[in-house]
Amino acid sequence: MIILQKRKDIPTYLTIAVPIIAILITVLAGGIIFALLGYPPLAALYEFFIAPLSRPDQVGNLLVKACPLIIISTGLIFCYRANVWNIGAEGQLILGAMGAGWVALSFPEAESPFMIVAMAVMAMLAGALWGAIPGLLKIRFKASEILVSLMLTYIAIFLVDWTVRSPWRDPLAFGFPLTKAYPDAGLIPVMSLPGIGRLGQLHWGVPVAFLVAICGWFYLTRSLGGYQIKLMGDAPRAGRFAGFNQGRVTMFVMMVSGGLAGLAGMIEVSANIGMLQPQISFGYGFTAIIVAFLARLNPLAAIAAGLVVALAELGGDTAQISMRIPKVVTGIFNGILLFMLLAGETLTHYRIVWVGVTEKANIEKASIEKANIKKDGASHG
Amino acid sequence: MGLVMADELLLAILLTSVPLILAATGELVAEKSGVLNLGVEGMMLMGAVAAFGVASLTGSPYLGILGGGLAGLLISLIFAVFVLGLATNQVATGLALTIFGTGLSGLIGAPLVGQSIDGLPSLIIPWISDIPMIGAFFRLDFLAYLAVVLVGLTAYVLNHTQFGLVLRAVGINHDSAHALGYPVLRVRFMAVLFGGFMAGLGGGYLPLVLTPHWAEGMTSGRGWIALALVVFASWRPWRVTAGAILFGGITIMQLVGQARGWAVPSQFLSMLPYFATIVVLVLISRGGRAQFGAPAHLGKNFLITR
Repeated sequence: MIILQKRKDIPTYLTIAVPIIAILITVLAGGIIFALLGYPPLAALYEFFIAPLSRPDQVGNLLVKACPLIIISTGLIFCYRANVWNIGAEGQLILGAMGAGWVALSFPEAESPFMIVAMAVMAMLAGALWGAIPGLLKIRFKASEILVSLMLTYIAIFLVDWTVRSPWRDPLAFGFPLTKAYPDAGLIPVMSLPGIGRLGQLHWGVPVAFLVAICGWFYLTRSLGGYQIKLMGDAPRAGRFAGFNQGRVTMFVMMVSGGLAGLAGMIEVSANIGMLQPQISFGYGFTAIIVAFLARLNPLAAIAAGLVVALAELGGDTAQISMRIPKVVTGIFNGILLFMLLAGETLTHYRIVWVGVTEKANIEKASIEKANIKKDGASHG
Repeated sequence: MGLVMADELLLAILLTSVPLILAATGELVAEKSGVLNLGVEGMMLMGAVAAFGVASLTGSPYLGILGGGLAGLLISLIFAVFVLGLATNQVATGLALTIFGTGLSGLIGAPLVGQSIDGLPSLIIPWISDIPMIGAFFRLDFLAYLAVVLVGLTAYVLNHTQFGLVLRAVGINHDSAHALGYPVLRVRFMAVLFGGFMAGLGGGYLPLVLTPHWAEGMTSGRGWIALALVVFASWRPWRVTAGAILFGGITIMQLVGQARGWAVPSQFLSMLPYFATIVVLVLISRGGRAQFGAPAHLGKNFLITR
């Protein structure tokens, strides 16, 4: 019989070992699933996790894939630390891309370097606004932010689909649902590294992502605001006694994560696509949830976690081309990884102990007695 | 609009509401026992692909029903082990289940894309089915009738049996239920598995009745709408059914609007069910009225430790 026993103190090695073991188990489970479905497991795993990095330019592409994941997950970490469950980052990303697109398409002749800044600001505003809706409905009407933010994602998908097919469609696009191309001032250029030159599609959005993660880490761990967020998540009652306003914290984290998702949307379009189209994101808003957990809600770790998850994304593309493995396999890896991370979280705080059947019965009996004392205490007090 | 037309519309609305009724009733039971399973979308997709696959392999849509339900049950087992055995965060585990189920169903279903199956036939009950309006309720298929029976059974077991009483007690306060000697985890385990089975049936209804094909992510958010329906219904089975029919109406209205060329862009009509979900959530949750019927220990984990 198995029983969980609370650890008195958590050894440091566990906090590092857990994510690594989670990744290893995920890879192993992936291999088993491949084998069950008739794909050669080793070759498939090679295509997924090693082949994507076999050329140096692919390192650049890996960073490009990780870029939106790092930015969005930094925002989500704000939410999850506060126990606010924003799972609609995908929709906030789309709104951000639309906000930036509106600026870019409104000034087709623009050449000013401020153009890109204006687009980023508008993207963050639009994303923050989309994120503010579930926040507001939560604090005002107690509506579940999980469901509202997700419903808003579906609405955003239809909204961008409509804009690129009707009001913003380029009349010269031969009926394709595309807007006009952004002016050059609205594009994010490819980066040239000193001594190396271009590295795949590596662009200037990547350093921005690193900066976002570092700033996020600084705010969450080194400021009163960050402390408020953590307190509201861990001990909301204590937070209220300390005079913190729960509603304000909820709005703040929803708008930060919405704004950052919006920024990621703007960077995706300006760096990789150059115009609006019906499909902007490939589920980055959802994948970023995994990144946030893999990083154990630490924005600095989100950089590494973003790279790991991006590797699986990139591997999904390679495997699809070379072995005809459907792209959805990446989702399986992501799901298993999240399961393993959550189990790891429990095993960090508890120790698994094997006990005999009679001992287990005794423990249960003691636990019932304890619960009875608690219950009586509560009813008398 | 003629009577025949209205009759057809009502039938379409009822058919659209069946997956929601099934999935939401299952989730309701899980939530009543105190477990919030956000994996409904993933479980429905697994049910859909299994139902389609089994029906396609065996040629029998009735075996497809069984396949769908079992697939939903099996995948909810993963959720149960993590949430009940390892006391993992319910919200995050549910998300993991949806992500995993979406991926796995896509992978399993990849060779099935483009195939089609013979769906469940309508079982028309003579005489009554000819009555205008009411008749539509008697021109459904086996799984739709089964859904109504299952809702009735759920309502009965929850409200009129000792097992239902224990299940609700576990959801209201697991410490007290435990103190009285009730097996908290075992009750929750069964509730989660029932939820998985029902979500699998609901997902299976899509390829077996609504569209005789498999497509990746074909539930398109119905699992999430089912979750909202449970809140909307204040955790009452018959209200879930009423809410599901309301949502079926909104979905069909959108199709009618598109067919008739209403002056509204089709994308805005497609937004309607999702928009309606938000409106409903706000109206119901307002002033804490949702707390009415909400299990007090919903989403809270229970763990026996030493």
